[in-house]
Amino acid sequence: MGTRSFFDRLEPHFVNGGKYEKYFPLYEMVESFVYTPKTVTKAAPHARSFIDMKRIMIYVVVATIPCIMMAFYNTGFQANAAMAATGIEPSGWRAAVLSALGIGFNPDNVFANMAHGFMYFLPIYVVTLVAGGVCEVIFSVIRGHEVNEGFLVTSMLYVLILPATTPLWQVALGIIFGVVIGKEVFGGTGKNFLNPALVGRAFLYFAYPAQMSGDSVWVAVDGYSGATALAISASDGYQTLAAKGMTWWDSFLGFVPGSMGETSTLAALIGVAFLMLTKIANWRLVAGCLLGMIAFSGLLNIIGSDTNPMFAMPWYWHLVIGGYAFGLAFMVVEPVSASHTNMGRWIYGALIGFMVVMIRVINPAFPEGMMLAILFANIFAPLIDHFVVQANIKRRAKRYV
Amino acid sequence: MAQTTRDLLVDPMVDNNPITLQVLGICSALAVTSSLTVSAVMALAVTLVTGFSGFFISCIRNQIPSSIRIIVQMVIIASLVILVDQVLKAFAYEISKTLSVFVGLIITNCIVMGRAEAFAMKNPPVASFLDGIGNGLGYSLILLMVGFFRELFGAGTLFGITVLPTVNNGGWYVPNGMLLLPPSAFFVIGLIIWAFRAWKPEQVEKREYKIQEAEAH
Repeated sequence: MGTRSFFDRLEPHFVNGGKYEKYFPLYEMVESFVYTPKTVTKAAPHARSFIDMKRIMIYVVVATIPCIMMAFYNTGFQANAAMAATGIEPSGWRAAVLSALGIGFNPDNVFANMAHGFMYFLPIYVVTLVAGGVCEVIFSVIRGHEVNEGFLVTSMLYVLILPATTPLWQVALGIIFGVVIGKEVFGGTGKNFLNPALVGRAFLYFAYPAQMSGDSVWVAVDGYSGATALAISASDGYQTLAAKGMTWWDSFLGFVPGSMGETSTLAALIGVAFLMLTKIANWRLVAGCLLGMIAFSGLLNIIGSDTNPMFAMPWYWHLVIGGYAFGLAFMVVEPVSASHTNMGRWIYGALIGFMVVMIRVINPAFPEGMMLAILFANIFAPLIDHFVVQANIKRRAKRYV
Repeated sequence: MAQTTRDLLVDPMVDNNPITLQVLGICSALAVTSSLTVSAVMALAVTLVTGFSGFFISCIRNQIPSSIRIIVQMVIIASLVILVDQVLKAFAYEISKTLSVFVGLIITNCIVMGRAEAFAMKNPPVASFLDGIGNGLGYSLILLMVGFFRELFGAGTLFGITVLPTVNNGGWYVPNGMLLLPPSAFFVIGLIIWAFRAWKPEQVEKREYKIQEAEAH
């Protein structure tokens, strides 16, 4: 018996009037995960497009693969390197499994790094899927809307912007907050004006600043701590980063400490290139965000400051440190929470680029600004659209008086 | 007036709650609810001011010229607030310091003004007093609920007594720092409103727009 006929046999129980009518969203979730969704446009206009919601979401997940690989490798590499450097003995269940399999903790061994990183990634990802998925399904069943692949994207992005050392209960709390407050209270996927993954992350950031604020590094070794690239730049200037073992190329390729998936600028750029090629990411958002960041950091370079070394940081450093590249690749271009007009997209992107430099350089309270800059712009996106549309109406009204 | 004493007191608690239904008095609900003690004192102060201002305004409601009625109401409310402020400063100095400007701001609390304008100007003194107390209690109920959640999960204490021992003091509970920040009260109040409207669906506002169903041709 094929899978298709299995679904066909089950379907009558779940559609209207069936025994499990209430649980249709669950059935639909599994079925549309395996097969193409059956929804078709019933009324005009019949625009033809090969892109449906499922494909968009799957493409985004595919685009994160380079980041996921780097998350495995770099998390393990940082942990193994820190252990090798400090002589801290590995402990806990991960150490037991790695030793039992004979993989070891050599930071030069790519496979050992990947395995170690994977064992940090997996529990966080599983907890995210379970905790967020349960909320998602509860809302779908009660509200009668469908569970869609958007949650796979949200959960993947959320995991990638978390530090490897996040306690699992915080992981669960964050994703529940993100899914419920960031998305479901506004009506579910497509109606969220904030990015749910970022809402969850922001919740953890403000709720548990000791573990989350980002001024000390997150290396997955007990008792190891140090300053992040952004914190060093803020206190001593970016020029000292190389002396501390973080060159521009390290930062670009991603061999620096940080949240799991956000360290590698290269991986993020591969992802966003894929998304722009498939036309899921709008290039205006990316270009606007880059321009805003380059212009404002350039301006600050010219102004200069004797007391704040961050003023001197050039744009190509802003690009590679912290979460800028990852945010640019996967958060800025998110179509639902961004502006919807082409002009608006430029403004929206530029606003994020401007705000991220503003927060990093001028606000002393937060070392990293990407998350807050994106959430800030999310809130302004409808307003930007409103003014763009109004301006267009005015322009055209003038033409036809 | 067909309203009984019970209606006047109980109605504003749930069915016509000034915070959850009318969404008034939010500013102070955000600002003072980080601990339960402070919330309780604030709730008491607002309840008394609302009650007594209703009473006094109602007493002279037939003498107030309608063109300057807001000013007259303000004078009465302000006098009562100054009284409350002085009492707090005399007997609970620490709490009055925490409440700081928010005691003074009771004057501009929408609930106090709203009840004076909407009820006390049209009803006899005793009913106005009860209405004021009832609305104050509705406000208190929400304030205490918000204060309860914020203090319990934000600091692990209730009325300053440790309930969940925090990690810093050798316990197991990691306090949620966001709940100590005023914006978190938005979330808590929002969730309470959600719960109230799930419980009493007639409180749900009508939609401002309707999404057109797609028709098959």
